[in-house]
Amino acid sequence: MKNKQRVLSSVNSEFTTTQWMVLKDKVGRAWYRFRRNPISITGGSIVLLVILLAILAPYVTPYPQHAGAFTDFLNAFQAPSKSYWFGTDEIGRDIFTRVIFGYRISLMLAVIVLGISVPLGVILGLTAGYFGGIIETIIMRITDVFLAIPPLLMALAICAAFTPTIEKAMLAIASIWWTWHCRLVCGITRSIKTEEFVQASWVIGDSHFRIIFKDILPNCMSAIIVKITLDAGFVILVGAGLSFLGLGTQPPKSDLGTMISYGAQYLPTKWWPTVFPSFAILFLILGFNLLGDGLRDMLDVETGGI
Amino acid sequence: MNNPLLSVENLVKYFPIRVGFFQRRIGKVRAVDGVSFDIKNGEIFGLVGESGSGKSTVGKTLVKIYKPTGGAVWFKGRDVTKSTKENLRFFKKEVQMVFQDPKSSLNPRRSIKSTLEDPLIVHRIAQNGRDRERIIGNLLQMVELSPTYMYKYPSALSGGQRQRVAIARALAVNPSFIVLDEPTSALDVSVQAKIIHLLQGLQREFHLSYLFISHDLSLVRTIARRTAVMYLGRIYEIAPTEELFTSPLHPYTRTLISAVPVVSKEEQQAKPMKQSRGGEIPSPVNPPNGCAFHPRCSLADKICSQQLPDLVEVMRGHFVRCHHVSFNMPSVKQ
Amino acid sequence: MGNKYILEIRDLHVHFRVYEGISRVIDGVSLYIAKGERVGLAGETGCGKTVTMKTVMGMLKIPPAIIPCGEVCLDGRDILRMSPKEFLQIKGTEISVIFQDPMNALNPVFTVGEQFYDVIRFAQQRFSNGGNLSRERIRNKMIAALKEVILPDPERIANSYPLELSGGMRQRVLIAMALVNNPKLLIADEPGTALDVTIQAQILDLMSKLVETKGISVLLITHNLGVIQETTERVYIMYGGQVMETAPTNVLFGNPKHPYSQGLLSSVPRLTGGEIAEGIPGTVPDYITAPSGCRFHPRCNYAMPICAQKKPPLTMLESDHYVACYLYAKQGGQNE
Repeated sequence: MKNKQRVLSSVNSEFTTTQWMVLKDKVGRAWYRFRRNPISITGGSIVLLVILLAILAPYVTPYPQHAGAFTDFLNAFQAPSKSYWFGTDEIGRDIFTRVIFGYRISLMLAVIVLGISVPLGVILGLTAGYFGGIIETIIMRITDVFLAIPPLLMALAICAAFTPTIEKAMLAIASIWWTWHCRLVCGITRSIKTEEFVQASWVIGDSHFRIIFKDILPNCMSAIIVKITLDAGFVILVGAGLSFLGLGTQPPKSDLGTMISYGAQYLPTKWWPTVFPSFAILFLILGFNLLGDGLRDMLDVETGGI
Repeated sequence: MNNPLLSVENLVKYFPIRVGFFQRRIGKVRAVDGVSFDIKNGEIFGLVGESGSGKSTVGKTLVKIYKPTGGAVWFKGRDVTKSTKENLRFFKKEVQMVFQDPKSSLNPRRSIKSTLEDPLIVHRIAQNGRDRERIIGNLLQMVELSPTYMYKYPSALSGGQRQRVAIARALAVNPSFIVLDEPTSALDVSVQAKIIHLLQGLQREFHLSYLFISHDLSLVRTIARRTAVMYLGRIYEIAPTEELFTSPLHPYTRTLISAVPVVSKEEQQAKPMKQSRGGEIPSPVNPPNGCAFHPRCSLADKICSQQLPDLVEVMRGHFVRCHHVSFNMPSVKQ
Repeated sequence: MGNKYILEIRDLHVHFRVYEGISRVIDGVSLYIAKGERVGLAGETGCGKTVTMKTVMGMLKIPPAIIPCGEVCLDGRDILRMSPKEFLQIKGTEISVIFQDPMNALNPVFTVGEQFYDVIRFAQQRFSNGGNLSRERIRNKMIAALKEVILPDPERIANSYPLELSGGMRQRVLIAMALVNNPKLLIADEPGTALDVTIQAQILDLMSKLVETKGISVLLITHNLGVIQETTERVYIMYGGQVMETAPTNVLFGNPKHPYSQGLLSSVPRLTGGEIAEGIPGTVPDYITAPSGCRFHPRCNYAMPICAQKKPPLTMLESDHYVACYLYAKQGGQNE
């Protein structure tokens, strides 16, 4: 048809510099907002600390060998002291070391559950919200059914039917957890669908697939991220609860819930095998919650303002 | 080349109103209720009206955001209301749209480059990423923005700049017809002037045709060659723009023009007398019977509430839908 | 007070603390409104007219806003130096605001009547000399106010929710609410922008009639120059947080002197047709790195070196017509 060529002035190198500058500016602004909020800083520090400790567990704990099979009955039930910061348990293992290794298990389980349920929930939510009609009805009603089942009960049921392992329990939880993300994303998708930039993509001729993943999904990301952060804390709590009931990792592996359950029988005289793992869980969940709240405040401002 | 580029025949678009758990239909919004007009090649056609007039719906139905409830749309000789796959692909390369609100017509989470890449990828206009980047740079320069803008996000751009990006997006597929839905309503006057000049320049350079939808009559007077006036889903007057403003025939047109706030005495004196009695604009859910303007019209009488007048060519190229305007009117020049 | 002016703003400066630094938005704005006068404040987006309005209304959040200097005198009293308690006496009673979007200005979960009740009672509590009015008296007052804005069936309107009313009706309700306490100064922020042209014409007509009969002063803030022409007696043109020109409305619009005013008016599409100018080259200034001196100088075709050095004072051209521009400073006339 008509000739649209005009002289293009720049060269590629100029573009890359701008690209970096724009990226730096975006990150800089986000960080500025993040660090102004004491909540997000606190939460972020806690989570970061725990993650680092968990990753570096063999190197930062005083008695890494206590994490597994180890007995030292001579030193059993030592109160917290300089050599055993959190004391020892009934077999003589250092509780501090076991707590840090326990963090490993908790975090890994959070990753497994969310790693399965979030993508599943998001995809179903996008599909339901975008196409609406009967597709949405089917997906949402299935979601309703699953939502009616408490995660813990589902996990118990699965574990009662099969041999109880923590992996099976977490899979059971994941099979329920996706519903929350599905609902969340479906709602956001429905409202974004009416925005003009989606209509514009439609006018351009984008396929549905393209519109869903390039136009709608990026606008859901901040809500999803906040939810994942808040979910992590909750999933860890559920996992610990399962372990407490005996469905978790089997001894001699150290898991926070198991530790609490074993230590509970020795309360109140020998309080340290129970109290420290409990506080450990509390600490981590608090971190995730604060981080999630802080992220929500930060991302809200970003999407609200210009 | 006497065949019009675009021919709209009796276009109808109703939106159902659904309530309740089972989504029962309790009524419909008659957004567009039988609209017909032609647009010639290389023409800028203005469509004016207030809220509820259906002008935006006409635009969006033309670009297939909505599916028409009835009527036909012919583009370059093809019936585009039939959505065959081939028709669609042809159509989306030829007809594009620029939306009203620059804040919401660009995805805030996508860089300008990503937004402008879309049409290039979908219609396979470029071979690879570098080619695309080059074309995007060209597009941005065409709308008078520096190519470095492509890495920015919409939040870093002003309203005028965003609207330029929206125009660049519409141009990316090399269309021959663009629907502009209030493209400058959200912009300041001085920015609007620049965008209007840009649009006029692009129209001349690429021989484009525009459907220019607006509620700003002064603006439409400046830019459009012919103009149609819509009210509650129907067209009540079409005429060459100059004639529409110097001798408006329909009472609603006269009321509309007289209501425009103007900045100079000359314009004030050029205004026609309004021919309405005040009152609100009815809702398109329940439009008045017969001629929809009759409840507010100072010329209305019995026949107006009973029978919808036809759109009649009263002078050459000048159509009016009114029982009180006819060949016998003394003001009609032959 | 035997004051001639209901509102006097003298050399107002307003800054904001933001991520990038300090945003010096308002840079020495002075304006006045005589009693009973209708004044327009015109300018495009980002010129600072909304910030000015918020300052007068006391709506600025003091950090991040900073007011380093300036006076805003309402009927002789400087509201910037008042205690919040004292200012509370004035808000809603002596000054009233009609906001831009009638949809957003009314709370959708309360009926019109309930919101009106609040407005009247709030004012009554301030004027405790009469004691509290009874519910019935308040209702009568409300119905009377609604009748004044030519709303058919005020009783039904009072019992309706805002969503049940059309845009034009909501705007009338807002006007009624603003006028019911007999303010001395009415601030209208983009009235009618959210309305259709024919309805806007009715609303503006109504507003003009009401303020004239009641002798209320009006500050009309808008970017729509046509609205300014048809409803105000005098106008201030603002750009970049500075006043560029001020004159009686038809004098300024008929014969704009400031390059910005000229550029602006020539960009307005005319109902009589004809080409519009190519706009004004350049873009609005960034308030953090604002241009020195006259903030319009980077975009001005007539810019001289002195324009960048010092902010031009308002020079009087004829009575009541002032321009802040060095093109005219030499021609003499006093500065304001």
